[in-house]
Amino acid sequence: MKKQIIHERTGSEKNPVGVEVANLSKNFGQQSVLRDVSLAIKPGEIFVIMGPSGSGKSVLLRQIAGLDLPTSGTVRIDSHDPAVPDTRDRFALALVFQAGALFNSLTVYDNLALYPLEHRLCDRNEIRSRVQRALKILSLENATRKYPSELSGGMKKRVAIARALVMEPQLLLYDEPTSELDPVMSATITEIIATLKNEFRVTSVVVSHDRDLALTIADRVAILMKGQLLFVGTPDELKQNRDPAIVDFMNPKIDLKNPRYLKLEAT
Amino acid sequence: MKKINAILDAFGSAVLLAIRAFASLPSAPRILKRMVEQAFFGGYASLPIISILSFFIGAVLALQAGISLREFGAKELIGTLVGESLVRELGPVMVSILLAGRVASAITAELASMKVYQEVDALVTMNIPPERFLVLPRLLAVLLYMPVLTIIGIVIGWLGGAVVCRYVGFISIEPEQYFQSMKHFLTVGKMIDGLVKSEIFGFCIILIACNTGLRTRGGPREIGFAVTRSVVFSLVTILVLDYFITRAQS
Repeated sequence: MKKQIIHERTGSEKNPVGVEVANLSKNFGQQSVLRDVSLAIKPGEIFVIMGPSGSGKSVLLRQIAGLDLPTSGTVRIDSHDPAVPDTRDRFALALVFQAGALFNSLTVYDNLALYPLEHRLCDRNEIRSRVQRALKILSLENATRKYPSELSGGMKKRVAIARALVMEPQLLLYDEPTSELDPVMSATITEIIATLKNEFRVTSVVVSHDRDLALTIADRVAILMKGQLLFVGTPDELKQNRDPAIVDFMNPKIDLKNPRYLKLEAT
Repeated sequence: MKKINAILDAFGSAVLLAIRAFASLPSAPRILKRMVEQAFFGGYASLPIISILSFFIGAVLALQAGISLREFGAKELIGTLVGESLVRELGPVMVSILLAGRVASAITAELASMKVYQEVDALVTMNIPPERFLVLPRLLAVLLYMPVLTIIGIVIGWLGGAVVCRYVGFISIEPEQYFQSMKHFLTVGKMIDGLVKSEIFGFCIILIACNTGLRTRGGPREIGFAVTRSVVFSLVTILVLDYFITRAQS
């Protein structure tokens, strides 16, 4: 007998969700990592957050995922607080961690099947076909029975994305999805992120240093520097922006005669 | 003052962790497989070391009792002494100490590395409560295997004592006499007292292990510190609780 399918989510399951961040600040002890950040991410858009290392991008992503509480300000996913467990019952949210965060004691297959199994979203046959489809999209068919410790860094990242795909999320957060990948695989991941937008009707928030990714597939881009938002706009607006900090970040010149580290030492 | 705050903080978070874990008890059928895995790792796989330890504790106890009691001409009471000591005190305490060293350390290391390498965060974003997925199976498993391990440890300890009584020249008590003297003073109530103790110790040890693991922050170095902290906390808890439970039972 076919198992009863229990779906824990309520409300509009397949609709992408919007994210609203208002006056968000986050301190770690005396260190202020995010300062008065406000932005609105529209349902269904690909929103790329860029910025130098240590500018607070991943911290912002963790706030949106509800993993950390803000020092002040609010984060809302369709008017709901992401840190409240009820919100996660209401919306399917997936986060692709920078290092993958795969469950080391589970095989690749079990990593992918965990979410639908735990939430009893569908029967085992349906889960198998979902998992196989995700593995095929990410070219991981041969890794099904492997453990994360047997995978390369790039493969781990792809498995993490495949795991997110199986969840069929309404909000998909990526933390540096193309770092540590070769150019072809980076392009593949970029294409996948763009395709998912239409196929799963998902809102995507991507933290990345990858200019190609941002300028090619983003609906809007935000630039975060020293915990503050410097820019939010379309890729075309970003290209035309003449703020020296943004120009230097987007098109850094390699000057061997007058290197940056010497300039920094001098100041 | 900082240390007292940290201990109170850890105690509070352990209590909250237990409450959250047992709040997801209705989903216990879903965690059955993981509970069996934990029972196998914590219970079945601990049997060889518990057997060796218990046998020699029983043997040493009988030997020491033999040395002391032969001076009073009361060798026939060795069975009583070994039996009662193992049932009420040494059985539960030694099995718990072994559990802290073998199982609790492994649990803390596993959960701490899951925390440090963001696997716990991944569970949270997948709306799978870590208390249900990671903690509840371990707590339920220890409640199942702890009394069994303790009974096995006690019985093997008794046998260790019997072997010493039979083969050590200056004691030379037949097993029948040894077990007769044990049977004369042992009651079901005393046996239950010992099992209650071991159940409480086992539960606290695993709760401390899970709580310490899930509270770990930082990198690989902190995983090592967490394991040490977990084992030390567990050992202190066993001995402190032992005093109070014994007072309550006497």
